[in-house]
Amino acid sequence: MARQARFPARHGWLVWVAGLLPLAWVVWRGLSGDLGPDPAKALVSHLGWWGMVWLIACLTVRPLVQLAGWPRLFPLRRWFGLLAFTWLSLHFLGWAWLLLGWDAGSIVSEIGKRPYILVGFSAWLLLLPLALTSTRTARRRLGRRWQVLHRLIYPAVLLGLLHDFWLQKSGYGEPLLFAAMIVLLLGWRWHHSRQRGGPASAA
Amino acid sequence: MLIRHKHKSDIPASEITPEGVYLRRREFMAAAGGAALMASAPSLAALSDAAAEDSSRPAWMRKAVAARGDGAPDATDATTPYTDAIRYNNFYEFGTAKDDPAANADSLRPHPWTVTVDGEVGRPGDYALEDILKPHPLEERIYRFRCVEAWSMVVPWVGFPLGDLLRRFEPTSKARYVRFETLADPEQMPGLKNPFTGIDWPYTEGLRLDEAMHPLTLMVVGMYGRTLPNQNGAPLRLMVPWKYGFKSIKSIVRISLMSEQPSTTWNDLAPGEYGFYANVNPAVDHPRWSQARERRLPTSLFNPNWRDTLMFNGYQEQVAGLYKGMDLRRFY
Repeated sequence: MARQARFPARHGWLVWVAGLLPLAWVVWRGLSGDLGPDPAKALVSHLGWWGMVWLIACLTVRPLVQLAGWPRLFPLRRWFGLLAFTWLSLHFLGWAWLLLGWDAGSIVSEIGKRPYILVGFSAWLLLLPLALTSTRTARRRLGRRWQVLHRLIYPAVLLGLLHDFWLQKSGYGEPLLFAAMIVLLLGWRWHHSRQRGGPASAA
Repeated sequence: MLIRHKHKSDIPASEITPEGVYLRRREFMAAAGGAALMASAPSLAALSDAAAEDSSRPAWMRKAVAARGDGAPDATDATTPYTDAIRYNNFYEFGTAKDDPAANADSLRPHPWTVTVDGEVGRPGDYALEDILKPHPLEERIYRFRCVEAWSMVVPWVGFPLGDLLRRFEPTSKARYVRFETLADPEQMPGLKNPFTGIDWPYTEGLRLDEAMHPLTLMVVGMYGRTLPNQNGAPLRLMVPWKYGFKSIKSIVRISLMSEQPSTTWNDLAPGEYGFYANVNPAVDHPRWSQARERRLPTSLFNPNWRDTLMFNGYQEQVAGLYKGMDLRRFY
């Protein structure tokens, strides 16, 4: 690594801030009536959509680094991952607050009764330890175990995809697009790990 | 349980917004200040589109709608603003997002329009819309509208009882069900080109004959005192107020009297989730969400506006008799 780390190794948080800018836009649309007559519902799905987008973005960093031979981009995984976690936390909080009004009884019973909500909630739970161990210190301290732990992004992204499919009444257009990208990205890793003869490493 | 009016389903007259006000509410808000102006920009666009569309309808039809009588047993919780009712629609022939129909339904050509009547009837044939409507005085009925997705609106429809129409075609003694079919023309309906909906077009719906003949069941040609906007099912749609919204099929081109229960689109697509009857019932959940409550639209970002869902959408007194002795958990 270069002695003087440059962006995104330094000031990578700018990526996180930039990635949250659409939040202001979508909240404004919700407040101004532009999200239609059911703005909370629309806002919550927007939050979930951005979460999926950043999860997938996180999975594209390794192929990008290896295809372009540009290891400097690796730190982006952290910020993309944190963006996914932030949007998905807002997605969960938005659902609990704007749609269920912090009614603990409804929140618990909905998570328990609706399989698609349970699946989405599980995906968020899997991302929680990844967000908590995203610092360089945690990474150093965990060593090899950090790599293993961060493979949780794979089940998380698949559960997120299942959650998205399960929400559809008919019309699988958008989750199909996510699915195609995920298959491509995971397929690429599988192909590479076979070539190297080792297990897939963290995202 | 509830405060008793003459009919439990009645909506107190004091809560009904006068037409001039419900059509102009957003414009009024727009005048109220800068923020409100921003707020109503999309609504105003929808409003002027709808006005232009209405003025393009044939004069005879506009006249008929304008001359509507006051269909007595209505009254509602406050009426949903017109601009919301015309930009939040499920009409997959124009796209699966709620705002797709308002954006894409311009390509529908509701005039001229022909309805085929066939099956167990004495007088089958292809009828021009004008002939379908001619003998029927139109009336305005304000009904609660409850979507299976757990949101609801309150809409002043303009139409006439379906039963009056069916009687004209002289159903035979074998007729026990009515099947309805929506137009399926990819030229006019871009949503039909989407290969991922899983829907086998045309959209079809059905009613038992006694449900179809019930005086609450309405053939609709207008709403809010105007002809139906394309995205709301122009020129002719069904409205069955005690059933989930998907039963109230839009842009009808075919009405068939049947001796057997017809297959219906959502029931075919997911039989475990959408039954043939689809009566609004807070006690029977959809497998993926609760039906005990509904969000009355419009909601705001910080108020989901939940309210308890009423049995048969509040029309229990009038329609419960149709289902006497039936297990509504089994026949959902």
